[in-house]
Amino acid sequence: MTTILSIRDLRKSYADGFEALKGVSLDIEEGEILALLGPNGAGKTTLISTICGITTPSSGEVTVGGHDIQADYRAARRMIGLVPQEIALEPFEKVWNTVRLSRGLFGLGKNNARIEEILRKLSLWGKRNNAIKELSGGMKRRVLIAKALAHEPRVLFLDEPTAGVDVELRKDMWEIVAELKRDGVTIILTTHYIEEAEAIADRVGVIDKGELLLVQDKDSLMAQMGKKQIEVMLTEPIAQIPDSLALHNLTLNGAGDVLIYTYDTHADRTGITTLLNDVSQAGLILRDVQTRQSSLEEIFVNLVSGEMA
Amino acid sequence: MNWTAIAAIYRFEMTRFFRTLAQSFFSPVLSTSLYFVVFGTAIGSRIQEVEGVSYGAFIVPGLIMLSVVMLSISNASFGIYFPKFLGTIYELLSAPVNFIEIVIGYVGAAATKALFVGLVILATATFFVDIRIEHPFAMAAFLILSCLSFSLLGFIIGIWASNFEQMSLVPQLVVTPLIFLGGTFYSISMLPPLWQTITLFNPVVYLISGFRWSFYGLADVPIVFSLLAILAFTGVCLAVIGWIFKTGWRIRS
Repeated sequence: MTTILSIRDLRKSYADGFEALKGVSLDIEEGEILALLGPNGAGKTTLISTICGITTPSSGEVTVGGHDIQADYRAARRMIGLVPQEIALEPFEKVWNTVRLSRGLFGLGKNNARIEEILRKLSLWGKRNNAIKELSGGMKRRVLIAKALAHEPRVLFLDEPTAGVDVELRKDMWEIVAELKRDGVTIILTTHYIEEAEAIADRVGVIDKGELLLVQDKDSLMAQMGKKQIEVMLTEPIAQIPDSLALHNLTLNGAGDVLIYTYDTHADRTGITTLLNDVSQAGLILRDVQTRQSSLEEIFVNLVSGEMA
Repeated sequence: MNWTAIAAIYRFEMTRFFRTLAQSFFSPVLSTSLYFVVFGTAIGSRIQEVEGVSYGAFIVPGLIMLSVVMLSISNASFGIYFPKFLGTIYELLSAPVNFIEIVIGYVGAAATKALFVGLVILATATFFVDIRIEHPFAMAAFLILSCLSFSLLGFIIGIWASNFEQMSLVPQLVVTPLIFLGGTFYSISMLPPLWQTITLFNPVVYLISGFRWSFYGLADVPIVFSLLAILAFTGVCLAVIGWIFKTGWRIRS
């Protein structure tokens, strides 16, 4: 894999002394989807804005496709597309014109066929002559994506692309992202929705207070840091956990009919076989057994709250 | 230079203008006609001639300059302020364009629109009065330079303004009085000596005087001074824009 975006010790401080980025370093491989997770004010948007040229970095180095974002900003920016967090569009302008403007701004000549292809892909072709103010919120988000894709970028930043949109549209967005990945576009998205990162990202980065806490392959992150639980459902509720099961550190749910066993997926012995034997020995009759893995959200909350740091 | 980007900005801004073409065309026609009715007919009937030119014809250069200056400022200031207000400026800042290219695109479009309206007013005036243009090249040069320089000023105002109130502050409180007191509707030779001296500190006097000279060969101040004044004003605006470009003032955090 080739590194398409390289960030080295990137810092951003404002005049009032606030440090929005405290030395972020990160390499992003071509064709991957990286999800940046972080609470409000973590520095996600500042990081994106700095790479894209909207904010001037205080220090550090960023290259896109080998081009420095300051010394060689034209070549670097030509490779980047940005879908901002807020819906920022000229309300009276037609969809076609606004996408054409974006293409021209990036120095690419007229190519109606390419614009048509993008609009069709984003289900906007039928709306191409509509004024933007006539579109729904979801359609406006698609227009933002169309504008970002108009100059055929190799790296696409999606700053909270599904913030405030309904579940159906969110799933549509995920499909669009998956299709862009198939086209070879590298995607960096910020999100509050953990399930979004879980569903579409290859790697996950967690940022908080201007620092990148970790960047890791999503699956291995979940495997390494995820805890798994077995829920043992009983036919008859019990008042308390039998003494013979004390060694397993079980918890009993409120109704008294589910025993919850938490274990580490990386331990040599999970203790599941012994547990089930002991439950049977204790005279308890099982109704069902199910497992549950901790979600990325739980991992994220643990990281940010410092419990797992 | 990213000429494609300049053309894209210019075309986008002009599309907005053509979308409201009827308003862009009829509004100056109507306002010019009203000026002729009020100033040309009602007041002009009492003044008759100014330095050998009928009063109606005398005010034409001033009327054109009045509209051109105000429109240049408003076109350019709104052109760049709207992207700031709507948030669409992110696209300009993240595009492979430098500030000079952005300025050329926006100022070029604003100046073109003002020039169009200036020519519409000139054409409308011919229906009311006899107009002669003694120095057509000088007339074109003054008109184009005025459109460009005041569009540059408008661009600066649009960058500086952080709300709509500030957008109208300079045009209404500074530019309008300067234009009305700059000899739009009268020759400064008609003023008492003290006011003639005071008026010479008004830069718009040099602009209108030079423009009127290109029509009728009449000038309140020497034509060289008029030319130097408009060039100096353009230079100051370019210097301020250059500073904005260098520092990213009010644009890039």
